[in-house]
Amino acid sequence: MTSEATRTPGGFDELPHLISLMTGDEKHSPAATSTLDALWVLYDRVLKVGPATVDAPDRDRFLLSKGHGPMAYYAVLAAKGFFPAELLPSFGAYDSPLGHHPDRLLVPGAEIGSGSLGHGLPLAVGTALGLRAQGLHAPAVWVLIGDAEFDEGSNHEAVAFAGAYGLERLHALVIDNSSATHGWNGGIAARFAGEGWSTATVDGRDHEELYRAYTAPHPGRPHVVVARTEPKFG
Amino acid sequence: MTTQEFTMRDQFALTTAELLDQDPRTALVLADIGAAQFPESARAHPDRVVNVGIREQLLIGVAGGLALTGMRPIAHTFASFLIERPFEQVKLDLNHQGVGAVLVSAAGSYDWPAGGRTHMAPGDVALLDTLPDWHVHVPGHPAEADLLLRHAVAAGDSLQYVRLSVQQNREARPIVPGRFLTVREGARGVVLAVGPMLDAVLEATETLDVTVLYAATVRPFDAAGLRAAIGGRADVVLVEPYLAGTSEREAHRALEQLPHRVLGLGVPVAEHRHYGSLPEHLAAYGLDAAHLHARIAAFLW
Repeated sequence: MTSEATRTPGGFDELPHLISLMTGDEKHSPAATSTLDALWVLYDRVLKVGPATVDAPDRDRFLLSKGHGPMAYYAVLAAKGFFPAELLPSFGAYDSPLGHHPDRLLVPGAEIGSGSLGHGLPLAVGTALGLRAQGLHAPAVWVLIGDAEFDEGSNHEAVAFAGAYGLERLHALVIDNSSATHGWNGGIAARFAGEGWSTATVDGRDHEELYRAYTAPHPGRPHVVVARTEPKFG
Repeated sequence: MTTQEFTMRDQFALTTAELLDQDPRTALVLADIGAAQFPESARAHPDRVVNVGIREQLLIGVAGGLALTGMRPIAHTFASFLIERPFEQVKLDLNHQGVGAVLVSAAGSYDWPAGGRTHMAPGDVALLDTLPDWHVHVPGHPAEADLLLRHAVAAGDSLQYVRLSVQQNREARPIVPGRFLTVREGARGVVLAVGPMLDAVLEATETLDVTVLYAATVRPFDAAGLRAAIGGRADVVLVEPYLAGTSEREAHRALEQLPHRVLGLGVPVAEHRHYGSLPEHLAAYGLDAAHLHARIAAFLW
């Protein structure tokens, strides 16, 4: 395990190995983690933030709201050098910075601590407002939520307000693996569109589709990307 | 006790408007309640005066997000909707994220008796006691509210709660944030009056040989100040304008090296299904001067 753990992190193909350092399961496939592709494309090609800029006022922010099952997130952060891959096998251990829900005070590169659902989107709204109030118009704020997490009413407070306010630098990424108990009749994107957001619904495993959706212009409006994946892999 | 025309909330509007003008780090977050008090600030600082509508989870979440970017958020609404309704946001979006904010409430316990239980939050300070690092101020006069608001906003990135009431004392006291103030000295025990309770306590103890301490800041609890006021008898009565007994544990901790007695007076935990006026509620809770006199005298004599 030690020699495996010290392998130099690299590209997308490296992520299953990094995840296996946390799960102990060498056969871990990317499909088992619904957020993996979406997170990778975001960190690899879109977000303007890296290990050297984690405290820069004008960095892009990524807030993981769905803090449950953070292995893919930790793997991507390790692959991008925010912390050494050697930390991954400590996942969940007493002295590890890597809990089963992330804590921003412990994980290098984590913008928020999450776990209880429905907190990331309101925090992202406040973050976007704070950057705007300081004249920082370039940084993008991204928040990842799950389709079941979207049940929480706090999300709907944030979606309606951000749409009405035209918070252009706010971006939501919804990982939709059809895990919401009562579903979202007519699709999740419709909830955002109804409040004035720009929306795109894409195949959450298709890196080019994700990239195009992430980078679509949306002047004067917040933007949501609904990334659909196969149901209920976690 | 008097309910004067110029309230602590009026003072909050003046002080906050000035702080918004002076300090670009400050931002005011509202959830409709109080929004009409800030028309000029909203025009002058459209990016730093944010009304999220009737969305109190978002109120605290936005405050947390603003603080994450380095700003100093001030969030205001009634205590019921500032502390109780979004309590998990207070716990997670502020405390757990390691960020600070200034929460300013109105109508905490009994300010609007005709409004009934839905607009009463006598448990707000006790709830904040379940979280670490909160500073809790309970001014008894608009001038004290001004001083404590400025202190709270200037206090780095700390967590500050300022509890405003329409109930206020006739005069402001020369308070120092965080310290209890000795208002009267006596030999047969100490009565600690919190914020707007001071006038009633002074009237109630007029004929009693007791020390009266005044607290406009209750957290951190000025344990040294309480110990210094103890004379021959370590008998203490707490008179708080929120849930009875909220500071009993703090008083016991302050006096743990002494044999002592503590009586905690305040708003009873039982729901009081009556409307009417503020004086009627104070009397019903045993917090008017006549009832306080009887309860304090019985405990200390």
